[in-house]
Amino acid sequence: MSTALLTSQAAVAVPLASASQGYWRGVLQRLLRDRVSVVCGVVLLLIFVAAVFAPWLAPGDPVVGSVLKRLKPVGTPGHLLGTDELGRDMLTRLMYGGRVSLLMGMAPVGLALLIGGSLGMVAGFVGGRVNAVIMRSVDVVFAFPSILLAVAIAGALGAGIGNTLLALTIVLIPPLTRVTESATTQVRSVEFIEAARASGAGSAVIMRVHVLGNVIGPVLVYATSLLSVAIIMAAGLSFIGLGAKPPTPEWGLMLNTLRNAIYTQPLLAALPGVLIFVVSLAFNLLADGLRSAMEVQ
Amino acid sequence: MWSYLAKRLLHTLPIALAVTVLCFSLVHLAPGDPLSAVLPSDASQEVVDSVKATYGLDQPLPAQYLRWLGRALEGDLGRSIASGRPVIEEIGKAIGNSLLLAGLAAVLAFSVGSVLGIVAGYRHGSATDRLLSSLAIAGVSVPHYWLGIVLVAVFSARLNWLPAMGAGPDGSGDWTLQHLPYVVLPVLTLAAMPAGIVMRSVRALVAETLGKEFITGLVAKGMGQGAVFRHLAKNIAPTTLAVMGVQLGYLMAGSILVETVFSWPGTGLLLNTAILQRDIPLLQGTIFVLALFFVGLNLLVDLLQPLLDPRMQRA
Repeated sequence: MSTALLTSQAAVAVPLASASQGYWRGVLQRLLRDRVSVVCGVVLLLIFVAAVFAPWLAPGDPVVGSVLKRLKPVGTPGHLLGTDELGRDMLTRLMYGGRVSLLMGMAPVGLALLIGGSLGMVAGFVGGRVNAVIMRSVDVVFAFPSILLAVAIAGALGAGIGNTLLALTIVLIPPLTRVTESATTQVRSVEFIEAARASGAGSAVIMRVHVLGNVIGPVLVYATSLLSVAIIMAAGLSFIGLGAKPPTPEWGLMLNTLRNAIYTQPLLAALPGVLIFVVSLAFNLLADGLRSAMEVQ
Repeated sequence: MWSYLAKRLLHTLPIALAVTVLCFSLVHLAPGDPLSAVLPSDASQEVVDSVKATYGLDQPLPAQYLRWLGRALEGDLGRSIASGRPVIEEIGKAIGNSLLLAGLAAVLAFSVGSVLGIVAGYRHGSATDRLLSSLAIAGVSVPHYWLGIVLVAVFSARLNWLPAMGAGPDGSGDWTLQHLPYVVLPVLTLAAMPAGIVMRSVRALVAETLGKEFITGLVAKGMGQGAVFRHLAKNIAPTTLAVMGVQLGYLMAGSILVETVFSWPGTGLLLNTAILQRDIPLLQGTIFVLALFFVGLNLLVDLLQPLLDPRMQRA
C-alpha cells in the first residue's frame, strides 16, 4: 500500500517537474517567435546596457558643462544629441539619467512584487480572518488613486530618490497583493492541492511548489505591465520636483529643466520624454507578449 | 438589492475613515517639527509649549486626530503656510478648474475609447484592430506630462494656434468662449491615457462577448445587427462603467502633472505649489479632499452598477 502510494507519487512528481520545465521553455519559444516582443526586448536591453555602463560608455561628464555651449541642437559635432541648458552633453546625461530613472521605476515594482506577492499568497492560501485583515488593509490604500498617494507620501517626506522609492513601493504593493490573492484563491480550490495534502505535503511545500508555480505566471505578467506605470510615475515625481534633485541626471527632471527650451530647441527638449515613452511602451508590449505566450487571461 | 446597497455603504464607511487617518498622519510623516514653520528657531521653551498647547500638539495623537477630523468635517482644514489663507478657500477656488478639465477629458476619453474599442472588438484580429490597438497601447504608455510638452511645442510654439498655458486671457473665473482655446491642449493631454485604457477594456469585452453562445443563438434566430449590438452593449455596460469610474478618479488625481505643464489653476497646481514650498497643511488638505472625492466616486459607481446589471438587483 505504502509503496504503491510512493511510486504513484513519484510517477506524478516526475512528469509535473518536466512538464513545468517544458512549460517555461514553451513560453520562451513562443515569446521569441513574437516579433514585437523580441524588438521590445532588444530595445530595453540596449537602453539598460547604455545606462548601466554609462561611466565607461558615455562620451562626456554628466554634471560638468560649459556655459559657452548651452542648448546646442541635436547633431552638433562632438555632442551627438546636443547640450542642455547648462551646456552639458545630452547623450551623456540621458545615459546616466537612465540609471536613476530605471532604478526608480523598476526597484519599487521588484520590492512590491516580493511584499505584495507574499501577502497575497498568504491571504489567498490561509483565507478566513487572515485574508480579511490583509485584503481590507489593501482596500484602504486602493481608496487613493495611485499617483495621488505617491505624491502625498513623497510630498510629505520631501524630495529625494529614497523617498520616491519608498512612496512608489507603498503604492504598488496593493495591486500586486490583490492580483496574487485572487490567483491563489483560484489555485487553492483546484483538486491537485487537495491531492498534495492527502499525500502528506505540508503547507509550506504546497505553497512553494504548487501554489507559487501556478500563480507566478499571471503575477509576473501583471508586474511587467506595472513596470510601465512605475517608470512614468517615477519620472513624473521628479518632473514636479519630488524624486531626483538637480544636478542628478534623471529623465523626468531633465524634461522639466529643459521645458523652456521647447520654443528654441523642441527636439532637444523632447528627448528625455522620448526615452520614458519608449521604455514604458516596450514594457507594456512585452507584458502583452508575455500574456499571450503564457496564455494568461 | 437593498441589502447590496447597504453592504456597499457599510464597506465605504471604514475606508473613508481610514483615508482620514492616512491624511492626518501625512503631517507626522513630514520630517522636522510641524511647528518649525510657525515659530522662529530661537523661540524659548515656554513659547514653544504655549504654541503647542494652542495647536493641541501637546495632546496624545488619537486626541489630536479626533480634533483634526472634527474640524475637517466642518470645513476647517487649517491655513496655508505660504499664502496664510484658509486651505479650504484655496481648494474651493481650484477644484472647479480641475473638475472642468477632468470632466471634459473624461467625456472625450470615454467616447473615443468606447467607439474605437467596439470597432476593434468587432474586427478582432483584423488590420483595423491592430492599428487601433497600437494607438491604444501608445496612449496607455505615453508619459502624459511629456505629451503635453510636445503638444505645446507643436500647437503653441510652432503653429501658434493655441495658448500654451493658463486657464484664460485674464485671471477672472467667468467663463466665456475666449476660454475655450485654453482648454484644448490640457484636455487632449489628459484624455490620452484613459482613452487607451477604456479602448483596451471595451475591445476585450466586445471580443469575448461576441464569442459567447447567446450571441450565436441570437444571430442564428435571425436577429439584426443593431438588435444584437443592443444585447452586447447591455452585457458590457457594467464592467465598462466600473473602468470609467476608476479612470475619472485618476483623471482628477493625474491632473497634478498636466496642470503643472499647463500652469492650469486647479488642485494639481495647488499640490505642486504645496510641494515646492513645503506647505504641509495645503498638501494635506488637498489630498484629503481629492481622496474623499475618489471614495465617493467609487461608491457612486458601486451604486450605479445594479441599475445597469439586473443580475445584481436580484442578488
